[in-house]
Amino acid sequence: MREYETVIGLEVHVELATKTKIFCGCSTAFGGAPNTHTCPVCTGMPGSLPVLNKQVVEYAMAVGLATNCAITQNCKFDRKNYFYPDNPQNYQISQLYYPICRNGHVDIEVDGVKKSIGIHEIHMEEDAGKLIHDEWEDCSLVDFNRSGVPLIEIVSEPDMRSAEEVIAYLEKLRMTIQYLGASDCKMQEGSMRADVNISVREVGASEFGTRTEMKNLNSFKSIARAIEGERNRQIELIEDGKKVVQETRRWDDSKESSYAMRSKEDAQDYRYFPEPDLVPIVISDEWIARVKSQQPEFREEKKARYQEEFGLPEYDADIITGTKHLADIFEEATKICGKPKKVSNWIMGETMRLLKEKEMDPEDITFAPENLAKIVNLADAGTINNTAAKEVFEAVFNDNVDPDVYVEEHKMKQVNDEGALREAIEKVIAENPQSVDDYHNGKEKAIGFLVGQTMKAMKGKANPAMVNQILKELL
Amino acid sequence: MDLMSLTAVELGRKIKAKEVTVREAVLAAYDKIDEKEAELNCYVTTTKEAALAKADEVQAKIDAGELTGPLAGVPVAIKDNMCTKGVLTTCSSKILENFVPTFTAEAVINLEKAGAVILGKTNMDEFAMGSTTETSHYGATKNPWNTKHVPGGSSGGSAAAVAAEECSFALGSDTGGSIRQPSSYCGVTGMKPTYGTVSRYGLIAYGSSLDQIGPIARDVTDCATILEAIASYDPKDSTSIKRDDYDFTSALVDDVKGMKIGIPKDYLIEGLNPEVKDAIMNAAHKLEEKGAVVEEFDLSLVEYAIPAYYVIACAEASSNLARFDGVKYGYRTPEYNELHEMYKKTRSEGFGPEVKRRIMLGSFVLSSGYYDAYYLKALRTKALIKQAFDKAFSKYDIILGPVAPTTAPEIGSSLADPIKMYLGDIYTISVNLAGLPGISVPGGFDSKVLPIGVQMIGNCFEEKKIIRAAYAFEQSLKAERI
Amino acid sequence: MANIISDETIDYVGILAKLELSPEEKEEAKKDMGRMLDYVDMLNELDTSGVEPMSHVFPVNNVFREDVVTNGDDRDNITANAPQKKDGAFMVPKTFV
Repeated sequence: MREYETVIGLEVHVELATKTKIFCGCSTAFGGAPNTHTCPVCTGMPGSLPVLNKQVVEYAMAVGLATNCAITQNCKFDRKNYFYPDNPQNYQISQLYYPICRNGHVDIEVDGVKKSIGIHEIHMEEDAGKLIHDEWEDCSLVDFNRSGVPLIEIVSEPDMRSAEEVIAYLEKLRMTIQYLGASDCKMQEGSMRADVNISVREVGASEFGTRTEMKNLNSFKSIARAIEGERNRQIELIEDGKKVVQETRRWDDSKESSYAMRSKEDAQDYRYFPEPDLVPIVISDEWIARVKSQQPEFREEKKARYQEEFGLPEYDADIITGTKHLADIFEEATKICGKPKKVSNWIMGETMRLLKEKEMDPEDITFAPENLAKIVNLADAGTINNTAAKEVFEAVFNDNVDPDVYVEEHKMKQVNDEGALREAIEKVIAENPQSVDDYHNGKEKAIGFLVGQTMKAMKGKANPAMVNQILKELL
Repeated sequence: MDLMSLTAVELGRKIKAKEVTVREAVLAAYDKIDEKEAELNCYVTTTKEAALAKADEVQAKIDAGELTGPLAGVPVAIKDNMCTKGVLTTCSSKILENFVPTFTAEAVINLEKAGAVILGKTNMDEFAMGSTTETSHYGATKNPWNTKHVPGGSSGGSAAAVAAEECSFALGSDTGGSIRQPSSYCGVTGMKPTYGTVSRYGLIAYGSSLDQIGPIARDVTDCATILEAIASYDPKDSTSIKRDDYDFTSALVDDVKGMKIGIPKDYLIEGLNPEVKDAIMNAAHKLEEKGAVVEEFDLSLVEYAIPAYYVIACAEASSNLARFDGVKYGYRTPEYNELHEMYKKTRSEGFGPEVKRRIMLGSFVLSSGYYDAYYLKALRTKALIKQAFDKAFSKYDIILGPVAPTTAPEIGSSLADPIKMYLGDIYTISVNLAGLPGISVPGGFDSKVLPIGVQMIGNCFEEKKIIRAAYAFEQSLKAERI
Repeated sequence: MANIISDETIDYVGILAKLELSPEEKEEAKKDMGRMLDYVDMLNELDTSGVEPMSHVFPVNNVFREDVVTNGDDRDNITANAPQKKDGAFMVPKTFV
C-alpha cells in the first residue's frame, strides 16, 4: 500500500469570558431557564439593532497578539445569511472580509520536535441559540440564552499532520487563552469547540487532497478518534479508486464514525455582505500597545519565576503552570500564607491525587485558594496533624468548606497538652506489656504499635512528634 | 373652529393656551377618521381608546406645567413599520398580521415625551417596498385630492392622513423617497433628515444603510418642529450620529439672500412632466426674487442611482426580511410536514409579490459568483454618487429639483411595470444613497388639480439650509394666495 | 434581453431565500429578474476602477457598549408573539432526524 500523509487544519470556536453578549446587554451566564437571558436584539425582534461590546474587541485583540497575529486596524462585521431556527435573524453577524486578526502562529512541541502552526485569521462572531429535541411533541424547542454570546473563531493554516500535533496545538491555544482570561476554554461545556478539516495525500505530493470538514467534536479524545477515522475513510476511498467529496461531516463518537451532513436545502452559499447596522472598528497603534501592555505573564515566564522566586523544582513549576487556574490558586494561596513550598506540596500531592481519582481537569477545581492557605497554616501551627489535614483538604476540595469551621465542628484539633498525652501513654504502656518487652528486647518496631495505640486512644488527634518523644522517655 | 385644519404648531399653541383640550383635539381627529377612512384607507390600525386615555394623561401634565413643548397634546399618526409597544405593527404585510411589539421605536418615544398623542398606525407599501401604497396587504390607500389616484408611497398612509386632516401630522420613513414622494403627491410637506439624525431603533428595517425616519406635516414650520422633537443621538443605534444642532426651528427664517441654489440640468430631462418642470422653475424664480442666486449645473450620474439603489436596497432587504420565518412572531403557515417546508410556505404565503420580487433579486445579487459584479459595483457607484454631491455642495448651498417626474398616477397603472415604477424614484433615490437631507414642499398643482412637490436637497447635516429655503418659498406662496 | 434566468437559478435563489414560487410566479420571476439585471447592467458603463466600495456614507467608527449587564429576564415578552411555544421556548418542526 502507498504511504499517505494527513493534512489537518482547524477552525476553533472560543466563547469569550465577557459578562454580556456581543451585541446586547444580556447576561452570558450559563444555565437559566430557556429564554430568560434574552432581549429583542438577541432574539431577532423586528426593529432591534446591535451595538458592539467593546470587551469582545479587546479579548479578540489580546488573543491575536498572544498568537503573533497582525491586527486589522480597519476591521468590519459582515452578515452570513442562512436559515436555521437557532439563528434568530437568519443571519449571523460575523467577519469575512476584514477579520480582526491575521497571519499569526503558535509554536508546539510533539515528542521533542518543535513546530510552528500558522494562524490564517481570527474573527469575531455571535453564537447561535440552542435546540432541544422534545420527544413528547416530536418537535424542537428553541432557547436563545446562548444566542449572541461572543465567539472568536481561530482558523489555522493546514499545517498539522497528526492527531498529536492537533492536540498539542489545541492545548497551546487553550493555555494561552486561559492565561489571557479571555475564556475558560472548557470543551465539555462547549466554550471551546473545534471543527477539523482533513485531507490525505501521498507522501511527497505537493498538492493537497480534497478536504472534508468534521463537526461535533467535543473532547480531545473524540478529535483524535475522528482524525484517525476520517484518515482511514479517505485512504480507503482513494485506494478503491473513488473520489473524496468536499463536504461537512458529523462525527458520532459513540459509533466512532461520521456521516455527511447533506441536504438540498443547504446551499452553503452564505451571501456575506458588510453589516450595515454596525460601523467599522478602527484600531489605533495606541490601542494595540495598551492591550499588549496588559498581557499577563504567560506560562514560560511564570515557570521561571516560580523556580527563582519560590524555589520550586522545575517539575512542580511545570505542572502548576500547566493550567492558568492551578497557577492562580497557587499564587493566591501563597500570597495569603506566605509558604509557597507547602502550597506547592498540597497541589502536587493531594490535589493531583484527587483530580485523578475523580477524573477531573484542573479547570474544574472549585475551592477557594484562601481555604488551601488556611490548611497550610493550620498544619504548620500544629493545630491539626497531617492525617487530619488530609481529611480537611478533601472536604475543601469537594465542598470548598472553611477549614477553621470544619476543624472546629469535627473536633479535629491536635492535642498538644503534655499532661493529657502522658496520661494516655501511661495507660497504653500499662495495657501492652508484651510490646513494651519487645521494645526493650530491641524490637524498634514495637514503638510504632504503641504510637498507633496512643493515636487510637486520642482519636487521631494527638501530636505524633510529642507522642514519640514521651513514649521513648517513659520506656 | 375646525381643529384639524390647523397646523400641528397652531393646534399645540391653542392647547397650551387652554383654548382647546387635548381630548377635544383627539376626538376631532377621530371624527375626521370616521368621516373619511372608508374612502381613503389611511390607517391599518386606530387606537381610539388608548389615545383618549393618553389625551387625559397629557392634559394633566400640560395643566401641571410638566409638558410645555409645541407638540404637547397634538394628535399624530405613525407609519406601520415603527414598533409601538402593545399596538399591532404590521408593515402592511400578512406576515406580521398579528405582531404586537414589546417595545416602542426611539423616534416614537421621543414624540411621546413631547406629549404627542398617537391615533394609530398608517398604511404603507408592504415593508416600505413600493411607490404607491398599493402593495399593502390591507388594501390600497387613496389620494385625498382624487381618489382615483395613488397617494404615493411607501409612506402613502401617513401622507394621505395628513392631507385628509385625519391627523395633525405623521411620521414616515424614507429609504428611496418614501417620505418625499407621497408628500409631493398629497400636497403636504415631508422631510427626510440626514442619515443617522433620527434613531432607527424600532424601525422595521428595509434597507438599513438607507432608511431614515422623518416628519410628514402641513408646512415647513411643523416639519422643523417635529424633527426637533424626534431627532436624538441614540446609543442603541450604532449608526446614530451625535449632533450639536438639533434646534432646527431656528432656521425658520424668511431670508435666502445670497443663498446659492443649483438646479441639476440632468434633472430636467425627457420624462419630466412639463407641468412639474414649470413648478420647479417657478420655485426657483420665487427664491431668486428673495435674493437667492439660482443656476443650472451638471450633477452627473443621475440615472445610475436607480440600479445602484435597487441592488443595495434589495440585498439588504433580502437579509433584513429573513427573520420573518414563522418561528418567533408573526404568521406561520397552518400546514407543514417539516422545517424547510414551514419556512417556505410561511414566507411564500406571508409576503406579497413585490416583496418576494425584491428578496429574490437581493438574494441573487449576493449569491456566490455575483457579489463583486453586482453588489460591490453598486457600492462603488454609490461612492461616485456621493462624490458628485460633494462637488455640487462645494458650489451650492442647496439643490433644487422635482420630487417625482409626474404627479400621482392612477391606481392600478404602476405595478404592472416595475422598472417604470422604479424610474419614478430617480430624483429621490440618490439622496438616500448619499445620506443627505431632503424636503418636499408643495409647489402648486397640475391641470388635473393634483399637487406637485418641489424638492430641496441639502448637504449632510445641513437641514437648516433646506428648512430656510423651503420656509422662504412657502412664505412667498402664502403671500401670493393673500 | 441579455440576462436569461434559468429555472435552476430561480429554484436555487428560492432555496436561498426560502421562497416557494408557483409555476406562474416562477415564470414571472424569471422575466422580472432578467429585466432588472439588464437594467442593473447599465452600471457597467461606469468606470469604477480604483473606487472603494462605500458601505457607510459617513466616516463614523468605534461605536461600542461597555460590558455591563443591563437586561434581566424578559421571557414573557420575548415569547409573547411566538406562533407556537412550550415551557418558555419557541416550538419548531424537529431539526434532528
